[in-house]
Amino acid sequence: MSTSLKITSATLAKDIRLEWRSKDAINSMLFFALLVVVIFSFSFDPTAEESRRIAGGLVWVAFLFAAVVALNQTWARELRNHVLDAYRVSPAPANPLFLAKALGNFLFVAVLEALMTPLFIMFYRLRALGPAWQLIPVAALGTRALVVNGTFFAAMSLRTRNREIMLPLLLFPISIPALLAMVNATQNILTGDESARFWIVLLGTYDVVFTIACLLLFETVLDAE
Amino acid sequence: MSETDSNSGGVAEPVISVTNLVKQFGRFAALRGVTAEFFSGKLYAILGDNGAGKTTLLRTIAGLNRPNRGCVSVLGKTDIRSSCREIGYMAHPSLLYDEMSGMENLRYFAHLYGIDDNLRCERAIKAVKLDPTLSRPVGQYSQGMRQRMSLARALLNDPKILLLDEPFSNVDVRSAREMVDLLMKMRDSGKTIFVVTHQAGLLDGAADEFVMMQAGKIVSRSSDLESVQAQS
Repeated sequence: MSTSLKITSATLAKDIRLEWRSKDAINSMLFFALLVVVIFSFSFDPTAEESRRIAGGLVWVAFLFAAVVALNQTWARELRNHVLDAYRVSPAPANPLFLAKALGNFLFVAVLEALMTPLFIMFYRLRALGPAWQLIPVAALGTRALVVNGTFFAAMSLRTRNREIMLPLLLFPISIPALLAMVNATQNILTGDESARFWIVLLGTYDVVFTIACLLLFETVLDAE
Repeated sequence: MSETDSNSGGVAEPVISVTNLVKQFGRFAALRGVTAEFFSGKLYAILGDNGAGKTTLLRTIAGLNRPNRGCVSVLGKTDIRSSCREIGYMAHPSLLYDEMSGMENLRYFAHLYGIDDNLRCERAIKAVKLDPTLSRPVGQYSQGMRQRMSLARALLNDPKILLLDEPFSNVDVRSAREMVDLLMKMRDSGKTIFVVTHQAGLLDGAADEFVMMQAGKIVSRSSDLESVQAQS
């Protein structure tokens, strides 16, 4: 196994262990997403047809807001006791740290999605009229879009005074194309009106472009004073 | 400043040399043109009041701060990333994850240096007189134990240069003396050690040179603690 791969897997294992012990991110995410599901289901009483039209937006906005909680936690851990300095003085390259953090966040948000999706289906009486299997690539690519950019911008706002506010300010505008693609793809699959193919390709392209950009820029962000 | 190499009789190359180092944080200049050379196998005690620039000097040598002017050369290289394998850095905060045990912490940091050997981690923990089998998370350690575990982390990669920022703070006198003995042993084995401390007395008779800093400058250097304190 190459050194970078070893560092990535060691950092990912460490992050999972820390999350398993503290449950900081997963508990806050679950609580937040649960609130969104319950409050919206009591606020509106949509028909099955209306649900199919609004569910895409509702689900992804809930996941986006919930993911921000996890993204803030990711780097907050590295700031406690200045542990990030120990990484910076080591010969380890910057990118394995970014990859491990992004993979960890992907895992945490994926767990949240797996737990919350049945509740969304139940509360909003959802049934896909289009090809339901396409929801899997939409979820995978959409989650990747959120966590890759989120991990990068969370690192960028690390040294700012109001990083909890700074992260959404940086992340949300740049996530608009991805969010648009996720919402439209989900809506098209649920209603079965149009093909979701265009939006899935757009999401994939967005992921490739932003993953490369984040990997290229992360070292500069990590070493910024 | 150069020094005669006792073994070869030639002039020894400095392990670390800093030239006209300036570091500013906004309008505050933490380092104001520091120029100095430090040689292999010596224990340097960096002294000075709060805000004198001791920690900034150490962080700049470690590569954590980029100087605004001047340069740092470590083991003859000005690119510190290329010599970071030979540097062990202990900061005032522990640089450890509170939720993990000492051994778990060291195993993770060992990976960053490409060390897969658990024995190296155990040896580093034993060197600071802690028990590697202790399963308690570091967050539940006493402050003194945390300091020692932090030193173990800095020793993990068996570095040629050790940069220690306040290693004796919150450590009881007996443990601090044990740490000084360990540092002396490492110095005798050829390592170059920098200790930033407010407890200079602990290093009296142990340090090869006391370096006094004031307002971002080195104002005096001497092998005698009393004279360096008198000169400042």
